[in-house]
Amino acid sequence: MMLRALLAAAAAALLLPAYAQDLKWPDVVAKARGQTVNFNAWAGDEKTNAFIAWVGAEVARRYGVKVNHVKLKDTAEAVTRVVAEKAAGRDAGGTVDLVWINGPNFLALKEQRLLFGPFTHALPGYARVDTTNIRSNVVDFTIPVDGMESPWRRAQIVFVYDGKRVRDPPRSVPELLVWAKAHPGRLTHPSVRNFLGATFLKQALYELAPDPAVLQKPATDANFAAVTAPLWAWYDALRPQLWRRGQQFPETGPAQRQLLNDGEIDMMISFNPSEAAVAIDAGLLPDSVRTFVFAKGTIGNTSFVAIPYNAANKEGAMIVADFLLEPATQAHAQDFRQMGNFTVLDMAKLTPAERRRFDELPRSPALPTNAELGTTLLEPHPSWMTRIASEWEKRYTK
Amino acid sequence: MTARAGRGAGGLLRAAPALTVGAFLLPIAAGLAGTLLPAFGYLPAIGGDALGLDGFRRLVAYPGFASSVAVTLTTGIATPLLAVAIALALCAYAHGRPWQQRLSARLAPVLATPHSALAIGLAFLLAPSGWIARLGSPWLTGWTLPPDVATVGDPAGIALVLGLLVKEVPYLVLMIVGALNQVPAREHVVVARALGYSRTQAWLKVVLPQVYPQIRLPVYAVIAFSLSVVDVALILGPTNPPTLAVLAVRWFTDADIDFYFQAAAAATLLLAIVIAAIAGWYGLELVVIGAGRRWIAQGARDGALAAGARAGAAGFCALSAAAAAALAGMVLWSFAAQWRFPAALPQAWSLANWMRRLDGLAGPALTTLAVGVLATAIALALVIGCLENESRSRHRAGPRALWLLYLPLLVPQVAFLFGAQVLLVRLGFDGALAAVVWAHLVFVLPYLFLSLADPWRSFDPRYARSAASLGASPARVLFAVKLPILLKPVLIACAVAFAVSVGQYLATLFAGNGRVATLTTEAVTLAAGADRRVIGAYAVAQAAFPLLAYVAAVAIPALLYAHRRGLGGRG
Repeated sequence: MMLRALLAAAAAALLLPAYAQDLKWPDVVAKARGQTVNFNAWAGDEKTNAFIAWVGAEVARRYGVKVNHVKLKDTAEAVTRVVAEKAAGRDAGGTVDLVWINGPNFLALKEQRLLFGPFTHALPGYARVDTTNIRSNVVDFTIPVDGMESPWRRAQIVFVYDGKRVRDPPRSVPELLVWAKAHPGRLTHPSVRNFLGATFLKQALYELAPDPAVLQKPATDANFAAVTAPLWAWYDALRPQLWRRGQQFPETGPAQRQLLNDGEIDMMISFNPSEAAVAIDAGLLPDSVRTFVFAKGTIGNTSFVAIPYNAANKEGAMIVADFLLEPATQAHAQDFRQMGNFTVLDMAKLTPAERRRFDELPRSPALPTNAELGTTLLEPHPSWMTRIASEWEKRYTK
Repeated sequence: MTARAGRGAGGLLRAAPALTVGAFLLPIAAGLAGTLLPAFGYLPAIGGDALGLDGFRRLVAYPGFASSVAVTLTTGIATPLLAVAIALALCAYAHGRPWQQRLSARLAPVLATPHSALAIGLAFLLAPSGWIARLGSPWLTGWTLPPDVATVGDPAGIALVLGLLVKEVPYLVLMIVGALNQVPAREHVVVARALGYSRTQAWLKVVLPQVYPQIRLPVYAVIAFSLSVVDVALILGPTNPPTLAVLAVRWFTDADIDFYFQAAAAATLLLAIVIAAIAGWYGLELVVIGAGRRWIAQGARDGALAAGARAGAAGFCALSAAAAAALAGMVLWSFAAQWRFPAALPQAWSLANWMRRLDGLAGPALTTLAVGVLATAIALALVIGCLENESRSRHRAGPRALWLLYLPLLVPQVAFLFGAQVLLVRLGFDGALAAVVWAHLVFVLPYLFLSLADPWRSFDPRYARSAASLGASPARVLFAVKLPILLKPVLIACAVAFAVSVGQYLATLFAGNGRVATLTTEAVTLAAGADRRVIGAYAVAQAAFPLLAYVAAVAIPALLYAHRRGLGGRG
């Protein structure tokens, strides 16, 4: 019995690529019914958790697919689990069905061939994705997506500040330093181990590096020191001016937002342009908060969902991935009273009725317009983030 | 019951001690092996097949290594020193005072509340923008903005020590009160006072030397716990770098599997530190005993001891007040719509936190309940089996068995839980509710045994003999006589066990493979920064569960035996 099960699992593992090739959507829908999808997603944000719960209720109603939100403190936990299952020889019946992922975590799974796919071509909703203007939908931190993960929401760096205390927000990385010197202890960034904290440094590097084009290629031992030298000079000057003199940092974005709400800081970095509007609506920030970006643009990226190679409920996972791409879902996600994440869809590919859903979304003075958001800069290659984070740890962890 | 069935039950009973020890020794032993081997480079599944010290080399090369070890040591040693000092001072101070008898009942609420719930509450209480600062601002402090001082997560770990003391001091006091019952303390103090010693001196010179040997293991458990705690350190401890235990967990869960080796090395180092700290403490005991003997023999009658005892008692009161305020703050948050610095109380109230979270809370609450009840029930069956076997065979487990029992409380959790997780994954058993129940059982068993052993052993054997002489089988004696009489201590022991289960963070995280969410794992995850109103609701729910269990443990016998004072009723 045991041996037979093992052989079947091995056969299933071997057949995977072929299976991914000729996925037929009606088969997927039929097979998915009754499955429970273990959706591994970072759970540090209540609004996103509520959105995932809403998604679960909708796909259960429409497709008979249940969603179990496996709440992660860090996406790396899910990557570890897949790696551990691989190490333990569990090539089928894995416990992670769908994972919210991008950047380095995606790279880790893709490089180790621990992902199922390509599968996005099989999703009916994928046809509406903007694959030309929103480059981050197809190039994830410089890594080609290759259909191994499906986009579901977009992010772009903005800064949220308390309009009551900050009259004239800085418009560039050097100006931020000037502001911090004038207001010691009133600025911080999330811990650099957190993606948002590392992003704070990456954003600074974009503006300070002699030639930002090199950031699109992997960092090397040869160029890392020279490219990042201006960043560290800037940061050495900034750090003593930060909250807690730069000795302590909030662990996550939401922890940083809590500090802004508690009045411990005056401004914060965010990866969601709607963060201020969302937080005001939820009572998490005072009504006086507003949003600004740097004049030369800020880094933006796309959040994806991916399916591990050994997922037990791949069909159910694809149903969820496709549901996330439906115009109604995307508009719901972009509503700042829900989650406030900008859509990954191409408005030109939508019907007028579908477009109207986006036009009719509520407005807020804390919400930046597309024009105010300015240029979206592409994420640097993940190796820059990894190296910056470890270099930061080397320099400032004593 | 037929003779045959009786023999079968007796066989099962005789197997109880072996089953019990196996239930928690097996995962610890396997888990330790699963941590020690990778620490020395052996984990073939991810390409580690040569023994070496690479993991340790990388551990030492970590930039914050020295500070991390330093803060682990200072917090992990300051906590037991302070906890023992405060607990002893309080007990010396309390001796002979009218409220002494009620002390252990008063401790129950704090003892029942999970560490992490208290830590979450303390984090809000102590923060520069926290409740204490809000109560005094701006009228007293002049602050319109919170000051830029690290009072939580401070690099020295002071907040972490405070967060640990809030729970560890009551635990030690409870252990001392239990030990005092075995010692004719009152009589000895009366004699010593007649010889001219003050109350405090009498207690310290005459009672303490008799009590200490009995609280030695609990003290060692406090040392091990303080050095290796993860959840409280995540919430209140330093962050850059954190303590060694937090580093180990962070590396164990890193996406890059190369970190496994240095994580295992960190866990192994922590194990060594715990062993060394306990050995060092034992050495310190010898020194103190030697010095104490001379001090007692000198017979001095004066000294500032009374002031010390008063200070200790005051410290205890401050800790209790902090615990109460921490929980009260979370209750307020769970009903707050808006509460900004420097308002002393929420500016707007709302039931929405509870109404809207009910769905989210229900799942983890049910899991918490199921795991707690199952682990407690299994542990209770095993413990009663052991104790009943002991009283029937009249062979009482020696001090060595007590050490075995304390093992899960002495070995750092990070040192064996990861190894146990690898084992569970291999068996395809990870993430199952049963795995979590088993992991909880490891910690629930010792507490249940320790709580129930004394009342069980002091059960008057004449009841059983009378019943037997009337023809009752041993099983009938157990179920019809012993258990009903011992109902109150059995229920209290179950409440203790249930509280231990509810509070488990790391065991749930590893055995559940992150997929089994309890109120505690949810609360600790949320504590990383989510909406404080939501954190409040989770912390309150987390604290309410074990408290309700305690209330039930006291109320059920009181209701059932309302007419029998000796069995827990009011008489």
